[in-house]
Amino acid sequence: MASVFMEGNEAVARGAMAAGCNFFAGYPITPATTIFNNMLKMLPPRDGVCIQGEDEIASMGYCIGASMAGKKVLTATSGPGISLYSEHISFAIGSEIPLVIANVQRLGPSTGSATRGADSDIQFMRWGSTSGAPVIVLAPKDAKDCLELTVHAFNFAEEFRCPVFIASNKEIGMTKESFDMDDLNLPPLVERTPYTGSGPYVPFAADPDKSPPFLPIGGTTLVRQTSSTHGPDGYITIDPQVIAAMQQRLHTKLTAAMDRITLYEETMVPDTDTLVISYGITSRAVTDAATALAAKGRPVSTLSLKTLWPVPEALLVEKAARFKKIVVIEMNLGQYVTEIKRILCGKPVEFYGQMNGTMIPPAKIMETIENE
Amino acid sequence: MNSFLNTSRPPVFCPGCTHERITKSLDAALIKMGIPDHKTVIVTDIGCSGLFDTFFNVHALHGVHGRALTYAAGLKLADPSLNVIVTMGDGGMGIGGAHVLSACRKNMDLTLIILNNFNFGMTGGQYSATTPSDAVVGSEFLNQAEIPMDICGVVESAGASYVSRISGMDDGLSDELVRAMEHEGFSVVETLGLCTGRYTKRNQLTPKVIDQMIEQRPSPGGVIEKNQRPEYGNRYRQLAKEKGKFSDPFVVKKLFDMPDDRRHEVVILGSAGMRIVTAGDMVCFAGISGGLNVSIKNDYNITVLRGQSVSEILLSPEKIGYTGIESPTVVLALSDEGVARRQKIFATLSPDTYVLKEASVAIPDTPAQVEEIDFKAMKIKKTDWALASLAVLAKHEIVLNKDMLVFALKSRFNEKVFNLSMETVNKIL
Ligand code: SF4
Repeated sequence: MASVFMEGNEAVARGAMAAGCNFFAGYPITPATTIFNNMLKMLPPRDGVCIQGEDEIASMGYCIGASMAGKKVLTATSGPGISLYSEHISFAIGSEIPLVIANVQRLGPSTGSATRGADSDIQFMRWGSTSGAPVIVLAPKDAKDCLELTVHAFNFAEEFRCPVFIASNKEIGMTKESFDMDDLNLPPLVERTPYTGSGPYVPFAADPDKSPPFLPIGGTTLVRQTSSTHGPDGYITIDPQVIAAMQQRLHTKLTAAMDRITLYEETMVPDTDTLVISYGITSRAVTDAATALAAKGRPVSTLSLKTLWPVPEALLVEKAARFKKIVVIEMNLGQYVTEIKRILCGKPVEFYGQMNGTMIPPAKIMETIENE
Repeated sequence: MNSFLNTSRPPVFCPGCTHERITKSLDAALIKMGIPDHKTVIVTDIGCSGLFDTFFNVHALHGVHGRALTYAAGLKLADPSLNVIVTMGDGGMGIGGAHVLSACRKNMDLTLIILNNFNFGMTGGQYSATTPSDAVVGSEFLNQAEIPMDICGVVESAGASYVSRISGMDDGLSDELVRAMEHEGFSVVETLGLCTGRYTKRNQLTPKVIDQMIEQRPSPGGVIEKNQRPEYGNRYRQLAKEKGKFSDPFVVKKLFDMPDDRRHEVVILGSAGMRIVTAGDMVCFAGISGGLNVSIKNDYNITVLRGQSVSEILLSPEKIGYTGIESPTVVLALSDEGVARRQKIFATLSPDTYVLKEASVAIPDTPAQVEEIDFKAMKIKKTDWALASLAVLAKHEIVLNKDMLVFALKSRFNEKVFNLSMETVNKIL
């Protein structure tokens, strides 16, 4: 057995390299800085570009430019940086610019605590942009997940041409751990679909449930990109029908592919009446709690979500169906639980959340389940 | 190429707007440059100047207010063969000031045309960073309380390697734009122009007045000798080639059998400068070499040279779930600051827990077994106490043995540091 030993942030960087990332721009911020440090070690020797932006807004701008020239781009930050990324997240959503954003979450609000973890930004990542058009958010639970999900994130960004978040947490990003490289399960790489049609290139012409084929700025075919409301030709439009179709497609291109976007782990135990739903670092404590509860003769089943957004509604409905009780545990005072309550309406949903800079220990989770 | 103008999208500026003249001069400049259309990209932001990209048949990227230079930099770094032109108004220059300054410092080969017409045309003639204090604008009296900034002066002092100021109506504008584009480095051309839709309705600004303004504050003249230096992208690629060294992940094989293969929770309580984090890594390397799963969390001050330094390590034959410490099996108490940070755990320790306490460190009452060691008396420096305490663990074969410790030291240190650390270890073993 040979193990690697790395923190989650290094694993994100290694995942990016495995995915063929060749451009990084970011601005230092605890607890995400070591992603930048690692990319700065790994990209230049592989002919990639790694830049420190003058601020977070600029870092995202560099990424947008590079992505439009055909690069596979990564940036990394934490909550306060996501706030500054917002205008460019909107741009990347609306103008279908592939990019991967690692958000190593820390305790908010605002500058909050630089070195204390929390799943602070679960709703913010989804809604912190204009228009309400969707993004993809993937939540790793450990270093190995950071590596694997970063490759998935790049694949999704390329295929769906949208920003994809890796919702890490200080407790994953800055915790070093060992894992066996042989256990890694990396998906085959997906690249942006290039435009190969014979007619003139219409940069935003696409099937109603797909992202448009891509050509880079700088290639022999002229490309138009704009942050403004545009028609398929990339020029500003005020035609309500054209606008409606573009807006709808931003949603449908993701919802139509939910079965592929939905990633999760489950431990379904026969004859249990309780399903514990969690994600990220907290799902590890849930596993410990479930093991301890089984030893005490009170077994439960668990579902650990890796895809948080778009909400895997079909999965949640299917998995919850046979359970009498649902317990949701998350490292905030209740963000994702609102989605679960919305989808499983009518089912009793117990919740425990904690926002004090420390991880939720297994004992707290056991208490929540036992006290139902 | 006869013209790069997009005949299906003719300019839509107000009659008499200088932007129209600049559009034509830019087209003339592109014709003179003789670069194929697909080798030029026009990057714009918001405002009337943000319409420029649509009037040309070249690559186009139109983005958020003030951020055009950031997209331009990303494009240029990704594809150094591109001729990248950025248009921006005095509004975009103001809101994107940090990006303008950064572009000046970097000296990337971009051409920035700042279309200064002294106000925000599109939103109703509000004052901008270049509006004179005595102008009448759409922001009531606010501009009277500020002074306008001198764009050329600022970018020159920030390091732009080509800076010029010219009337947007000057017949020499296309030649000036050619010189700016041909310059290899960051070029800023400030054009002064009329916003007939807003500004000149209430202010006496004519082509002649603009000429007088330029006479009073002459153009820096293009190439700024003192700011000449290598272009950013070229410099970046050269440095990356020289300095870059890819680091492979750190891999450890199972080499040893653990003294015991139970789960361990190790807490090292020390202070900044005591190499606590390094010692924590050693315990982890040793554990992996013994075939265990490991995790480590470190807690130290943001001001890294002061305060506590605490490492919490889990070693387990099972996959590690929760990475917090629940019932420590080993506590190394090496400084009062570190102990203070985890004060509460001592009372909760089990009688099986092994606590090593340096003689000078005070710890709260605890049911655990406590061994006191006077490292100072053994002439071991404080910076080596963490390492020395690992040697004590190896002596007792708690968590690790001597072979594992030596292996861990070898994997982490170069020969010189390894030999030095073995001197400390040998004082114990
Ligand atoms: S508002 Fe001013 S800047 Fe805009 S088009 Fe009219 S004259 Fe030109």
